[in-house]
Amino acid sequence: MSIFIDGSTRLVVQGITGRDGSFHARQMIEYGTNVVAGVTPGKGGQTFDGSVPVFDTVADAVEETGANASVIYVPAAFASSAIFEAADAGVDLIVCITEGVPVADTMRALPYVREKGARLIGPNCPGLIAPGIGKVGILPGQIVAPGPVGIVSRSGTLTYEVIFQFTRQGIGQSTCVGIGGDPLIGTNFVDCLQAFEADPETRAVAMIGEIGGTDEQVAAEFVRDHMSKPVVGFIAGQTAPPGRRMGHAGAIISGSEGTAAEKVKVFRECGIAVAERPADLVGLVDSGLRG
Amino acid sequence: MNIHEYQAKEILRAHGVPVPPGEIATTPEEAERIAAAFGGMVVVKAQVHAGGRGKAGGVKLADDAADARDKAGAILGLEIKGLTVEKVLITPAEDIASEAYLGIVMDRGSQSDVIMVSSEGGIDIEEVAATNPDAIQKLAVDARYGLLPHQASGLAFGLYDDPKLARQAARIISQLYEAYRAAGCTLAEINPLISTPAGEVKAIDAKMNIDDSALFRLPDVEAMRDEASENLFERKAREAGLSYIPLDGDVGCCVNGAGLAMATMDLVKYYGGEPANFLDIGGSSNPEKVVTAFEIIMSDPAVKSILFNIFGGITRCDDVANGIVEATRRIDVGLPIAIRLTGTNEDVAVEILKENGFEAMTDMDEVVKRAVELAAGSAG
Repeated sequence: MSIFIDGSTRLVVQGITGRDGSFHARQMIEYGTNVVAGVTPGKGGQTFDGSVPVFDTVADAVEETGANASVIYVPAAFASSAIFEAADAGVDLIVCITEGVPVADTMRALPYVREKGARLIGPNCPGLIAPGIGKVGILPGQIVAPGPVGIVSRSGTLTYEVIFQFTRQGIGQSTCVGIGGDPLIGTNFVDCLQAFEADPETRAVAMIGEIGGTDEQVAAEFVRDHMSKPVVGFIAGQTAPPGRRMGHAGAIISGSEGTAAEKVKVFRECGIAVAERPADLVGLVDSGLRG
Repeated sequence: MNIHEYQAKEILRAHGVPVPPGEIATTPEEAERIAAAFGGMVVVKAQVHAGGRGKAGGVKLADDAADARDKAGAILGLEIKGLTVEKVLITPAEDIASEAYLGIVMDRGSQSDVIMVSSEGGIDIEEVAATNPDAIQKLAVDARYGLLPHQASGLAFGLYDDPKLARQAARIISQLYEAYRAAGCTLAEINPLISTPAGEVKAIDAKMNIDDSALFRLPDVEAMRDEASENLFERKAREAGLSYIPLDGDVGCCVNGAGLAMATMDLVKYYGGEPANFLDIGGSSNPEKVVTAFEIIMSDPAVKSILFNIFGGITRCDDVANGIVEATRRIDVGLPIAIRLTGTNEDVAVEILKENGFEAMTDMDEVVKRAVELAAGSAG
């Protein structure tokens, strides 16, 4: 099993004829993902690589092909519009890879997506991959292997690094999710932890956080209160310099500076074993699986 | 992006917020002339992208124009949190009856803009938040409807008992919210919002942080960027689409992705070294970006070794390898380089590097250890 995607996922690629969209559509198809449609306004009626029909709108794609998930590779200025369109067309899962989406745009899209009953992953994320089942996004397929570990991370390439370390040591993954590095995202750590807890194939979880915000702290409390499976963690940014913070509002609202030291402390207090190096996550998970 | 107080005040004025007049001086003589034109007492305020200006001696009251010259002389050139003060704002001193706090911030937790007001404004507002959180009213704005008039009014009546003051404050809260939205802010703050003995409510300080991702559609705000507040190489990096933060160590780092870059710096420290910088070359890198990265890293004379840690996804390892070869051809690097490349087109990249006499590693821990040894001069 896996979380958020499975064998029934029928994917539409928004921006399939663009540079990034076309490259990654091919990669996803090659990995075995069921890409049923593409969308580029004005290019409806064309066929992508001789096999995937292209539509002008997501609604057409859903109606004609029964797509139930969407992945977005459109430029930042149009990304929130693409999210609205996908939600409106009734897909269950929307994965927005696009980086540099204005925060105000994401803020408007989030409640809409929720009202429509869809799940948004991202923006500014590498997407997710269920080894041996399929991938939605840009995670490299060759570094994963099927297995018992769920991986959830705010980073892109650091996620790859961690997955690579696990695979190299012979420990596979159930699903790897990059939730995105933006301040506002559709799916957070807790959503993923909850799904991993419910997934019978996942037996342990590795959570990779970064400095900034309080999502990791909230997630740690969730682990303490609601998780029966072992969770191990890593926080990047121990050596990051303290910011030249302007204004007081950030500190007033969260009561937190979001430093790595603070996050590591909360992880430990909540029973999450913390790795000092990404490579140490493997050993920690291994003992969690044996324990 | 941060903008200065005087720029934030311009934006507020454009949205109707009552802000006392003010002008910028870059020399003590200019400060004197501006203060003389205002007449009476003035405040001389450092314009620098850092909080805690007052506590650092960057805000001073001056009795008259001559005093303003002296105070400006003391503040200009002052270093506040590593930043040199290049400009001061001269503004008439106000009679203050009360000081309130008014702020709007993009809140990750509630995924909305949250307006915060407190009648206990001033520099100790964070102390108030920590010890007496009930003294701060908070309101999460629903982005679909914006700030509704009754909400602004409700916050304002929580600030002032006097209806005349409350009505002015309600208008200012709405205007601040409009300014926040229009300028693509993630934070906008008026602290303090004062009332005068004559019964006027005014903004006498302002701060704004702008969402970098919104700047592409806000040319007027982009034009407020203070390039003097970045060093030459920070600017060069930004223009090349790299993100670069100089640090104090001697291992120059070049990594793709912010999370991996931070983890690499942490690992340098773990193996006993000190990172010289944070440098993220981003996705879809071309060889030219790598050349720029070299120039930026080498601009720091403290750097003793250069560490490449690339995990190819969108970034192609062969692009990075070509960039390394190209850069070392064009520039006399003269420093040892440790390279790790894994992922997309790794094999091609390793070939390119080998042909040009470079060694390529595939393990992150190994390459970091190597770079730390090279910096320490102990590698064989």
